[in-house]
Amino acid sequence: MRRALTALGVFGAAALAFAFLLLPIVALFTHQSLGDLVHQLSNPVVTDALLVSAKTSAEAQAAILLIGTPTAYLIARRRFPGRAFVITLVELPLVLPPAVAGVGLLVAFGRIGLLGSTFSALGIDIAFKQVSVTLAVAFVASPLYMRQAIASFEAVDANLIAASRTLGAGPERTFFRVVLPLARSGLAAGAALSLARGLGEFGATIMFAGSFQGITQTLPLAIYAEFDRDFDVAVTISALLVIVTAAILLSLKVSALWPSSRRSSPSLFARLSSS
Amino acid sequence: MAELAAQFTLPLRAFELELALRAERTVALVGPSGAGKSSVLRAIAGLARPASGRIALGEDVWFDAGDAVFLTPDRRSVGLVFQEYALFPHMSVRRNVAYGGAARVDEYLERFRISHLADADPDELSGGERQRVALARALARDPGVLLLDEPLSSLDASTKTAVRVELQELLHEFALPTILVTHDYDDAAALADEVGVLVDGKLRQLAAPQELVSNPADTFVASFTGANLLHGVAEPQSDELTLVRLESGELIYSADYASGEVGVVVYPWEITVGRVRHADSALNVIHGDIRSVIHVGSRVRVRVGPITAEVTAASAEKLELARGGQAVAAFKATGTRLLPLARS
Repeated sequence: MRRALTALGVFGAAALAFAFLLLPIVALFTHQSLGDLVHQLSNPVVTDALLVSAKTSAEAQAAILLIGTPTAYLIARRRFPGRAFVITLVELPLVLPPAVAGVGLLVAFGRIGLLGSTFSALGIDIAFKQVSVTLAVAFVASPLYMRQAIASFEAVDANLIAASRTLGAGPERTFFRVVLPLARSGLAAGAALSLARGLGEFGATIMFAGSFQGITQTLPLAIYAEFDRDFDVAVTISALLVIVTAAILLSLKVSALWPSSRRSSPSLFARLSSS
Repeated sequence: MAELAAQFTLPLRAFELELALRAERTVALVGPSGAGKSSVLRAIAGLARPASGRIALGEDVWFDAGDAVFLTPDRRSVGLVFQEYALFPHMSVRRNVAYGGAARVDEYLERFRISHLADADPDELSGGERQRVALARALARDPGVLLLDEPLSSLDASTKTAVRVELQELLHEFALPTILVTHDYDDAAALADEVGVLVDGKLRQLAAPQELVSNPADTFVASFTGANLLHGVAEPQSDELTLVRLESGELIYSADYASGEVGVVVYPWEITVGRVRHADSALNVIHGDIRSVIHVGSRVRVRVGPITAEVTAASAEKLELARGGQAVAAFKATGTRLLPLARS
């Protein structure tokens, strides 16, 4: 009897948890008819925001991969004084309130900022330009990639790197033919996470870049702007973001099931299958 | 064939590795784990940078502290076979072998009898197969020096014997300067022309295997080559014999001259085992319980009290040697060596 009650309690808690997570998602799709929802997608506010989000996310992601990957490799393979401090610095944007990040970016790169006079002397003005969005997204989303990249590079057996070197391969060839393929799935997981985080970026962007339709207004900023003006548009954009981010997460899970990537670095997430 | 000459010091965590050796053919380094054996290979391969010294293959200088020469591993003509083989897990056998030099891959796959595994992944292979792939990969580069780190330790006992014979033939065939690292003296003696005993980063003795047995530098070298090692206090006698009082209280004689604290070294094959003492020429006898009887091929290792004897299976059977009984181990004074005690 007591065991039956316990089981009932456990199942009840699980059902409650699932309902709590699922209901807001379902509500986003039932708030208006599916036809209205599809129709709203052609609203210029939505298409403009989608374009801004796609462009700035792609730029930010490219910057994170291009600059973050060699940095992560350096941190993973070298032991140097202050390494723990460097890792903490890389992780800092993860815990920093986004609004603080936005203000920080403003007083660093803005017109009145630390580098403001240098920038204006060079004729560079980034305040409230689209490049500000890219900077804000890159700043906030980078730790998710960096943490995973460092862990993935650290997981590559040092003997494999040594073996590659003794087989006549220089550092570059060793990196591209041994390290990168073995760290690949971990790097992809980190990239997907930072992409999803970047797409949802709100606080730092609105502080640093403002919210101008077609220039700096990303999807989350558009939700906020339409919240008072046309609530149905806000709901439509929200539903769109649910689909995009869920697709990113799902593609990540599916790629983790590829047999060749399973043996290199373990996934951050619970496995989809029990194997 | 160029000769490898290595003489260097390399600071390690617990001690400084200090080594000087020349290899034209196979040199084995034996020693307990943590003696710095693998670090020797890493330094020669260029994976670790010595503090001082010089490493060269013939005219080709790889490292010279004085001239600030240090070639990176990819610029040294070495083939290093790692202890766990370090095969690239994301590449097939063929791509592993082709990694160092793609020109003669098929020839090497054939030579190492792994052609049928060319498309297999490393994690599908047995230990012996993995080793053949690792050897093929290292040698396909056509290196001037072969370095083998514990080549037999990852194999189970039944594979090991066969692989040892294969390795023996291979080393003979390629005839490269080879440094082989192992903790097993028998492997070293079977595979190498010269064996160096490395303890705490220092070479205790470097000599032919039979020389290490017949003329060990100290008790550590002797015990590493499989000898019985007993401790005692020596006192020279007038009749060219030395009397040694063992720690266990027994008195034995040796034809060696020594005085004071010594290590007494007796090889297992110089000891006979009987149920009772025979009135023959063996001066030294030790009575004791039979502690173990282990069959090794056609020989039997019998442990009597503190010492191990090796007798033929036939005589072990005739004497009905079994654990728990009493026996007498006898050995001659001429087969009893006295050596200074090793520091460790």
